[in-house]
Amino acid sequence: MAKRMSIGDRVFEVIVTAIVLFLGFVCLYPLIYVFSCSISNPTAFMQGKVKLFPVGFSFESYMMVLRAQAIWTYYYNTVWYTVVGTICNILATILLAYPLSKRYFVLRGPITVLIIITMFFGGGLIPTFIMINNLGLYGSRWVMVLLGLVSTYNTIIARTFFMSLPEELFESARIEGASEFKVLWKIVAPLSKPILAVLTLYYGVGHWNTYLSALIYLPSSDLHPIQVLLRRVVLQNSRDILESADIDPDAQIASNQVKYAAIFFTMVPIMCLYPFLQKYFVKGVMIGALKG
Amino acid sequence: MDKSMLKQKKVITANDAANGPFSVKLRYFWRLCCRDRQLILMVIIPVVWYIIFCYGPMYGIQIAFKNFRPARGIAGSDWVGFKHFIRFFESKYCWRVIRNTLVINIYQLVFGFPLPIIFAIMLNEVRSARLKKFVQSVTYFPHFISTVIVVSMLVQMFAADTGILNFTHLIYGSNIAVTNDPRYFRLLYVGSGIWQNFGFGSVLYVAAISGIDTEMYEAASIDGASRWKCIWHITLPSILPTIMIQLLLRLGSMFSQGSEKILLMYSPSTYEVADVISTYVYREGLVGAEYSYGAAVGLFNTVVNFIMLFTFNQIARKAGETSLW
Repeated sequence: MAKRMSIGDRVFEVIVTAIVLFLGFVCLYPLIYVFSCSISNPTAFMQGKVKLFPVGFSFESYMMVLRAQAIWTYYYNTVWYTVVGTICNILATILLAYPLSKRYFVLRGPITVLIIITMFFGGGLIPTFIMINNLGLYGSRWVMVLLGLVSTYNTIIARTFFMSLPEELFESARIEGASEFKVLWKIVAPLSKPILAVLTLYYGVGHWNTYLSALIYLPSSDLHPIQVLLRRVVLQNSRDILESADIDPDAQIASNQVKYAAIFFTMVPIMCLYPFLQKYFVKGVMIGALKG
Repeated sequence: MDKSMLKQKKVITANDAANGPFSVKLRYFWRLCCRDRQLILMVIIPVVWYIIFCYGPMYGIQIAFKNFRPARGIAGSDWVGFKHFIRFFESKYCWRVIRNTLVINIYQLVFGFPLPIIFAIMLNEVRSARLKKFVQSVTYFPHFISTVIVVSMLVQMFAADTGILNFTHLIYGSNIAVTNDPRYFRLLYVGSGIWQNFGFGSVLYVAAISGIDTEMYEAASIDGASRWKCIWHITLPSILPTIMIQLLLRLGSMFSQGSEKILLMYSPSTYEVADVISTYVYREGLVGAEYSYGAAVGLFNTVVNFIMLFTFNQIARKAGETSLW
């Protein structure tokens, strides 16, 4: 672009930069505010002095959250669903996407139709609920893994990625008589780090954030994930959990600070992983936007 | 020629199968299946999953036309025809949930659709690469936060007593419980959704803009075009196809509104503006255990959705090269 800028362009640039910064601030503000509230001195928090940054310092609200026995059960459940669920998701997705990436695969057409129909049409909530009941999965941990095992959208992303690998890679392996499983494991998998990262991110974040299917299919709170706990504490003011952490639920403000701590505590793992996965999800959107 | 090849038990080629009778086609198909047996072995688990978990519920849709009794099972329950559908269409909730579904979608379309486009164009105008990257990281992040966290933050920050963002004292003199107020439900619901997704929604447009030939901008600036004119005459026309396709796909889903977030945000005092089809199915069908009725309302929604989605996807396919598949 031209190096000399007219006054109009300079004003334009200042305005645009200001708006973009403002939008960034809007996105960041609630997160900073939640953190500041959770970590501020309780007295300062009570007086409403926290506007953006922490005022004073106190770790008390986090101690209260961590003291609640129940939270560790919920946390364990979430980690279990996320790890086991994501591994199963990725295995199933790749086992489906890899054969579909082979243009010569005899069942490519029928299976593609089979999975794409489900993007447009589904059984809906009630028939799914009845079927889960009939399968005897109601109340079982595995319902959280099995319910969304394969996502058609993610399968198409993975298939598109596999199709972009050069065909010569497979030719020599085939001549040597390697089985398809061996090709997938030894040749395709090592080249698939970007797509594996994208799938891990999409499936993993999905599992971490689930709450509704747990409420629908898991009657026992022993199996509930952390999001359900957060909902009970913050949105439903559940007394038993607050009391189990030695918090007087009637002490509005003290419990308020604990709520901020609970919100932040639930967000931390995603925040920690975000920088590492960030460069991959843009790639995922890009592959997904391409025509299959 | 076909016959002689059959007699000699020679390998059947694609050409033979295309011209030959059904039995030859079948044998050719079988030969290919044998050749691809390892690939078939791979897809078995996912395909069985699709059949059980996606097509199984489709078999269960029939309870929408039956009086489902759990003890008698899906097949054993009595047929009642369109009884549940008629009950829904005659109920006072029918119009309410359809209206709310559409109104919320229209709000999301009008306010939520343009912002990612404008944001992507503005990002492109930011000179500093570091600043651009920082803003992108920050604005993409809310997309990955759970619904429960977003609603929790919303409820806390808009609380009447301690909520820092509760703005209603500016209007009424003192703060009202804005999260339980039917006048503000849509604002908060749609607004928080835009907050969460406008950044991530811009990824596609940022990519489209990065594909524009920079020589066009150079030529334009030599000709004395201002930055504003460059946006108007180069950037916008270049990403117009992407915008159109996204718009068509968005229009196709005007009749669907997920229940996850509304279930967390609404209360009996806001049902009038907040209750959509999916939440109604959840409340009446599942919580209220009226399975057949819930399935009927759900099926109605699915069918309308399907027609909309399919129609607009076909239009998008014709209009450009992108579509859902």
